[in-house]
Amino acid sequence: MTFMEHLPALQVVVPMLSAPLIVLLQPRGLAWAGATAAGLASFAIAIALAMAVLDGQTQVYAMGGWAAPYGIALEVDAFSALVLLLVTGAGAAALLAARVSVDRQIEPERQPLFYAAWLLGLAGLAGIVVSADAFNIFVFMEISSLASYILIAGGPDRRALPAVFKYLIMGTIGATFYLIGVGLIYMMTGTLNLADMQARIGDVVALNPILVAAGFITIGLALKAAVFPLHVWLPNAYTHAPHMVTVFLAACATKVALYVLIRFDSMVFQDRLSDHEFQFTLFALPLAVLGILVASSVAMFEGHLKRLLATSSVAQIGYILLGASFVSEAGITASAMHMFNHALAKGGLFLAVACLAFHFRDLRLSELGGAARRMPLTCAALVVCGLSLIGVPGTAGFISKWLLITAALESGLWGWSLVAVILVSSLMAVVYIWRIVEALYFQQASAEGDTSFAEAPLQLLLVTWAVALLNIFFGLFPHLPLALANGSAALLVGGAP
Amino acid sequence: MIPETAILTAICLPLAGALAIAVAGRISPNLREATTLLTAAALIWVVWGLLPTLMAGGRPAVEVSEVMPGLTIAFRVEPLGMLFAALASGLWLINSVYSIGYMRGNKEKNQTRFYVCFALALAATMGVAFAGNLFTLFLFYEVLTLSTYPLVSHKGDEATVRSARVYLGVLLCTSIGLFLPAIIWTYMAAGTGDFVHGGILAGKLEGPAIGLLLGLFVFGIGKAAVMPVHRWLPAAMVAPTPVSALLHAVAVVKAGVFAITKIIVYVFGIDFLFATPSSGWLLYMAAFTIITASLVALRQTNIKRLLAYSTIAQLSYVVMAAATLKPLAEVGAAIHMVAHAFGKITLFFAAGAIYVASKKTEIHQLRGIGRRMPWTMTAFTIGALSMIGVPPTAGFVSKWYILAGAFEAENLVAVFTIIASTVLNAAYFLPILYMAWFEREEAGAKAHGEAPFAAVLALCITALLTLAFFLFNGPVIELESQVVRALPL
Repeated sequence: MTFMEHLPALQVVVPMLSAPLIVLLQPRGLAWAGATAAGLASFAIAIALAMAVLDGQTQVYAMGGWAAPYGIALEVDAFSALVLLLVTGAGAAALLAARVSVDRQIEPERQPLFYAAWLLGLAGLAGIVVSADAFNIFVFMEISSLASYILIAGGPDRRALPAVFKYLIMGTIGATFYLIGVGLIYMMTGTLNLADMQARIGDVVALNPILVAAGFITIGLALKAAVFPLHVWLPNAYTHAPHMVTVFLAACATKVALYVLIRFDSMVFQDRLSDHEFQFTLFALPLAVLGILVASSVAMFEGHLKRLLATSSVAQIGYILLGASFVSEAGITASAMHMFNHALAKGGLFLAVACLAFHFRDLRLSELGGAARRMPLTCAALVVCGLSLIGVPGTAGFISKWLLITAALESGLWGWSLVAVILVSSLMAVVYIWRIVEALYFQQASAEGDTSFAEAPLQLLLVTWAVALLNIFFGLFPHLPLALANGSAALLVGGAP
Repeated sequence: MIPETAILTAICLPLAGALAIAVAGRISPNLREATTLLTAAALIWVVWGLLPTLMAGGRPAVEVSEVMPGLTIAFRVEPLGMLFAALASGLWLINSVYSIGYMRGNKEKNQTRFYVCFALALAATMGVAFAGNLFTLFLFYEVLTLSTYPLVSHKGDEATVRSARVYLGVLLCTSIGLFLPAIIWTYMAAGTGDFVHGGILAGKLEGPAIGLLLGLFVFGIGKAAVMPVHRWLPAAMVAPTPVSALLHAVAVVKAGVFAITKIIVYVFGIDFLFATPSSGWLLYMAAFTIITASLVALRQTNIKRLLAYSTIAQLSYVVMAAATLKPLAEVGAAIHMVAHAFGKITLFFAAGAIYVASKKTEIHQLRGIGRRMPWTMTAFTIGALSMIGVPPTAGFVSKWYILAGAFEAENLVAVFTIIASTVLNAAYFLPILYMAWFEREEAGAKAHGEAPFAAVLALCITALLTLAFFLFNGPVIELESQVVRALPL
């Protein structure tokens, strides 16, 4: 086997085996360097995989040479390549920028453990994406969840503890539901391999257990993905987590759960169960619309910068689900694109928040007066990413909004009212982003705070700006993610191999 | 320069200028202003260099990127856009001269940011002018909104921020809420958004849907300030006067009416719309705006707000002319953009000069000011006469064409509206002129002279242009006649 063929396995193995090594790197700075190297290596692997997929090869890997359905299979197609890119990209970018911010928030002696947990989280998320096997998805889901509990609770903010406890409970329920669903399907089909499942589920005569399984799996994953109204764990967890952890998790964690949801549903259920498309739409569409509208309205009145952005994430998850709920090629394309673009926009925003946190201990909007004078570059980057979140043309966010609206119009019946929902929520995004802008640029600085020029450390600032510029780049030249998104849609709905 | 290169240069040049201005601002104010003037002059050279090609019937086009299948960033120069770009670039130079006098005379803060945003706004204006399809137009339209926001909120105090919020709120809400769906609808219906002679929608839509789509476009393009989406324009008057003068009398508002005209001519097609009864409402809406805005202007006491309402009325002249759907009226619409630009920028320059010299902002304070500021008030008079449409000023030419178009269409509402608004314009401008020239100043008033030389120079030039356009409008009319003449495209 050539080196290329091992890449799907290496995608998981590299960060996972680096994690224990990192723990041994005690001296200050080395742990960070090791973790960043591992993060960049996984990003490089993801890029290589994406290139291979764009060349038209789907990478299938049989662990230990045992062929599926008996052995453990890994598979990288267009959809997984896209999500891998954003998971490893977010991981690598956040690690690259993390050093200074983590130095301030995590004690030096705990840093190796912190970075080890980070790499485990990365390995878990990447593992979910490459697995072609329902049970391994569960295993990797647990790995990534446990790691993210540690990461979120790892900071100096004690309020993270109750938040993470809530996340732990809800996350465990979600994972358990998923496992129950997988168990039921296993009972009926006798297989755990997704492709095999897809082939065999059509032969099942008694459909009730499958329906129950579909319910459990969908609800379980919706919990993990923070789909409205199962999102209550998310705002506090993101708000009180260490800033760099928020960057990493907000950019990719919930999207991976959505990835599994979309893949599972369209490959296994919709393909074979009659009327399942209709059921899925009936379930996902109202939740998506409600999530978009409710979360956007809440964000409009939120006073804490991080919680505002976290709440907006719930609305953005609604967009992704909305696209998926159309069960059409255009819908899945829009969904996949929005995963990618929202990761860019929200990642950039949280990076800018991490910059701001260097000089503003209190991140409530009312305390951020004079920020633009002290940190002009940070604030400018924040505005660029904010515009992308709104979906202003010329930014990445516009591309997915356009695709989503086109998909909504194609979906027929409710098309125009859904367009209205998307547009109204875009305007709500204008409101909450502009509240931030006014706080940063026009609010009077608090009397005792000093007003000298004090930008964030260069390393952090460079990464922030790189992400901000990517938001514009992918707004004008979205060909790479678009090709992968189109590939995913063809794969999941179009029936292409 | 090759026309294709010139198009891209026209957009990139102000961008590069913005960067250079930002750098120069750190070194010295003189260098910064020199950079602005140099960029403006270079832009004129590039943009006006395209004129011979256009006159000869050339339509240079260039495609930058295919963002998504069917959705491209592409530019194509045609007479309407050429005129708009030439106008905006030409007036930018004069306005920059004026800005130097105004900003220094007023000792404004954050001047570097001011000049940088101005250059960005001009880059966006060029993009709007040369856009080859709806998507590109929309892209630069939004950039224009966002780049002018810091200019409107320049002063940074609470009242200004509140007005700037109205400005941004109205413009973004209309563009995202109405303009964007209209564009998407057009792409869905026609499969393309390219600006094509004769329109792209003929046969693709029918019945009331056409009127609805037109409504989405007209109210979605909030920059055209057709009532009831006009509220942002008076709010924008909190900006420094050079911004009101170039952007809110020329670049931004003209981008709005220009976009509407372009959409009527190149997306719907004049003949197609004329054959559609459901699109007739636009003319009446514009007429209503003209009359109402003029009535509101009558009641204004602040000079800049009066000018803002006068602008709203004048913009709807263009919309009404375009909606008359007759060749002569379309030419009139294009010419009125130029005529109104010269007149209104002169009026704003004068208002700003008065503010710099005497800090006066209200109309009743203008008693006897003609003797203290004879140059400024002479220019103001010329501008006001042009607004009314008295020969020999620019306003007369365009009104002539619009009236001719209205007669051609045998539309008495349009004819009546033009006559009534002329009377109203006279009713709110003539008292000011009388007050300024013939009444006596209140006793004990502070003595003051003219504004700084740069400001006076600029307003004299634009006043002269207002007069000159009455005599030398041949090339402009010839160029714009190409819009309605069936040219191979």
